[in-house]
Amino acid sequence: MNWLSWIFSGFIATLALSGMLSTSQGLGLTRMNVPYLLGTIVTHDRDRARLFGFFAHFLNGWAFSILYVLLFQDLCLVSWWFGLLIGLVHALFVLTVGMSLLPSLHPRMASERHGPTAVRQLEPPGFMALNYGYQTPISIFLAHAVFGAILGSLYHLR
Amino acid sequence: MPAPAIPETQAPNPGPFPVISDYGIIGDCRSAALVSKQGSLEWLCWPRFDSPPIFASLLDRDQGGFWKISPTGSCSVTREYLPNSNVLRTTFHTANGRVALIDLMTAGENSGLVPDHEVIRRLVCESGEIEIEVVFAPRESYGEKPASLRQVGKLGLRMPCACGVYWLRSNLPLQIDGSGSSASLRTSLKAGDELLFSLTYSENAPAVLPALGLLPARIAKCVKWWQDWAAQAQYDGDFRNEVLRSALTLKLLCFSVSGAIVAAPTTSLPERIGGNLNWDYRYCWLRDSALTTRALLELGYWEEATHFLDWMLHATRLTQPELRILYTVFGNPAQKERESQRLRGYKDSAPVRIGNAARDQLQLDVYGEVIDAAAQFAFRGGYLDREMQKVLVRFGNYVVKHWSLPDEGIWEPRDGRRNHTHSRLLCWTALDRLVRLCEQGKLKGINLEEYLKNCEAIQREITSRCWNQKLQSYVSELDGDQLDASLLLMCWYGFEKADSPRMRSSYQAIRRQLGTGEGLLYRYNSDAQEGTFAICSFWEAEYLALGGGTIKESESLIRSLLKYKNDLGLYGEEIDAKTGETLGNFPQAFTHVGLIGAALSLVQRQKGEQQLGHRAESAGEQEPHQMVA
Repeated sequence: MNWLSWIFSGFIATLALSGMLSTSQGLGLTRMNVPYLLGTIVTHDRDRARLFGFFAHFLNGWAFSILYVLLFQDLCLVSWWFGLLIGLVHALFVLTVGMSLLPSLHPRMASERHGPTAVRQLEPPGFMALNYGYQTPISIFLAHAVFGAILGSLYHLR
Repeated sequence: MPAPAIPETQAPNPGPFPVISDYGIIGDCRSAALVSKQGSLEWLCWPRFDSPPIFASLLDRDQGGFWKISPTGSCSVTREYLPNSNVLRTTFHTANGRVALIDLMTAGENSGLVPDHEVIRRLVCESGEIEIEVVFAPRESYGEKPASLRQVGKLGLRMPCACGVYWLRSNLPLQIDGSGSSASLRTSLKAGDELLFSLTYSENAPAVLPALGLLPARIAKCVKWWQDWAAQAQYDGDFRNEVLRSALTLKLLCFSVSGAIVAAPTTSLPERIGGNLNWDYRYCWLRDSALTTRALLELGYWEEATHFLDWMLHATRLTQPELRILYTVFGNPAQKERESQRLRGYKDSAPVRIGNAARDQLQLDVYGEVIDAAAQFAFRGGYLDREMQKVLVRFGNYVVKHWSLPDEGIWEPRDGRRNHTHSRLLCWTALDRLVRLCEQGKLKGINLEEYLKNCEAIQREITSRCWNQKLQSYVSELDGDQLDASLLLMCWYGFEKADSPRMRSSYQAIRRQLGTGEGLLYRYNSDAQEGTFAICSFWEAEYLALGGGTIKESESLIRSLLKYKNDLGLYGEEIDAKTGETLGNFPQAFTHVGLIGAALSLVQRQKGEQQLGHRAESAGEQEPHQMVA
């Protein structure tokens, strides 16, 4: 595995992923604020949550890119379209499995069944995160597709 | 093409229009809501003052949207703000008992998970057994789109909109009607029972959905936050309750994120019922800055005054050295004026305007207002940093080049530009203050000689061409023969002393031509049949307090003006001279600033203290007329 290439391509791809998700929110495609969503797992302070969440998401994206790279290495296939394909599968997984598990995993998220409590006050994402805006799935698919495409373009097998 | 209207037979209706003074205001220093005496929330714009309303039945009973909580039968109503707060309590007295409704928008919660924007309503049955009806009928985009409500498990009612999502939570479920655009509840409450509601709005996901059990504690926290703020007021004179209420109202109209202060939270409440004098006031007018800054500084609200000054000098950067007349709370130009295709207007006073065409007017007085505000801040010990100084000098240089141009002036007529006395007065004020700041070493970078030369030229023009020998009065325009109430401000800015023969005689002429028997003043002679202008009456009271009359005269006039506040102490823009009813956008920051100003000048006169620290005679060493010589 080409570690140096992974560090570089993973960093650039994660930067693009964070930028795209943030831009999607700014453009009104989605209300989902990923840093805030992740940061509130560890703190109820809104400002700190955004900061923690940003770093957590960034490091998570960077680390996650190693799975893409391992797949590239394993199949000896690296190209932008293959990366994009993995990104789309990744997005589908996040939207279906990840989002449905979130109310159980997130200590501050309310559930439709029990309603909000003094601790669990955050709106759950619902199916495919549609509670956060009807176009949320589109922005997640787009961001992950770009993430994969960049990894596929910049990573070198050796 | 506009979306189809909701058929009037289907649309829930909150009943006939109340009078404007029947409304009370609640807010969170970012937006505000108006609640009628009948417990109907009829105006709310989120997330900012100038955003489209979710409730607007203030302007259209069928299409506007509202949220009513009230007893089903007949009742009498009393209401008040909880002491020194902006938390509204409305008590309904019925034959079967009494219920109290608490309305507030949460403010002062800066830590922990709290909703971005929230209205809390809590109805408590205090005695007897009373049937209550709740109707929740929100609308989107100025009534152009009905809401789409959905019950989401135990989370509450959800209503997505273009940029965010609304959630309504309650301790008893509301039933959504067949069209999905409104929800209602009818229930009986016995003594001790309560209904709790939390309406939130968020443009961020995940939104915070507050636990209803925490609402009573959060209400108490919000009340304390307002009371702590009110306790900072340094005022111990007559009319303390009214001054405090005005300060609290002003604070409600501050946009805490940027420091801007909007003129009023509403659009298109008419200056003439059934007429077309309907304007959007949900913006920040720079004209109000000098009087507002003085009110805040002298009440001891330095933080708000400094924040406001920062906003004026920095948020207007995009257009500097030119200044627009009005800006959004973030310093952008106000949106272009358009007329609502859906809302019919308060008591059919059409059109309902969104945006304000005055944004394109030239009003030279705003430079004097902004510079005077900065000068007051500096004369009272505030520090003008280098960047602020540069901005002020750029404004001063603009005034030197443009003061002789005709403009639209303070009253913003839409029939062309003229040479207004008030605009000349404020151009003189701008240069006079900059010269004095320079003399006191608080400002660098001005061409003193050029400023003095222009200052004197403006002064010569005002004393010669704005004085009408025949009328024995200053007049509204150069070489004119009409009067307007802004001439009373000549002593406020230090151009004339209040007791000078010219000011006394001008005052007499203004009172004769523009005054009513009840102590009210029209702003100018007009065929428009609008109401008297509330702040002009307070200018008159302040003029008397500044030396144009006796202490007793000023005090008595203020006392007579207090008759026109509503039961909560709120004023609108205008007062109908015949009926005493409130007209125009409501509540109006400028009117409350006028009340505070008059009370401050009166108490300073009573105590023999220095009045108006920014005026020429107190800020510097010279009288303005001596400068010419």
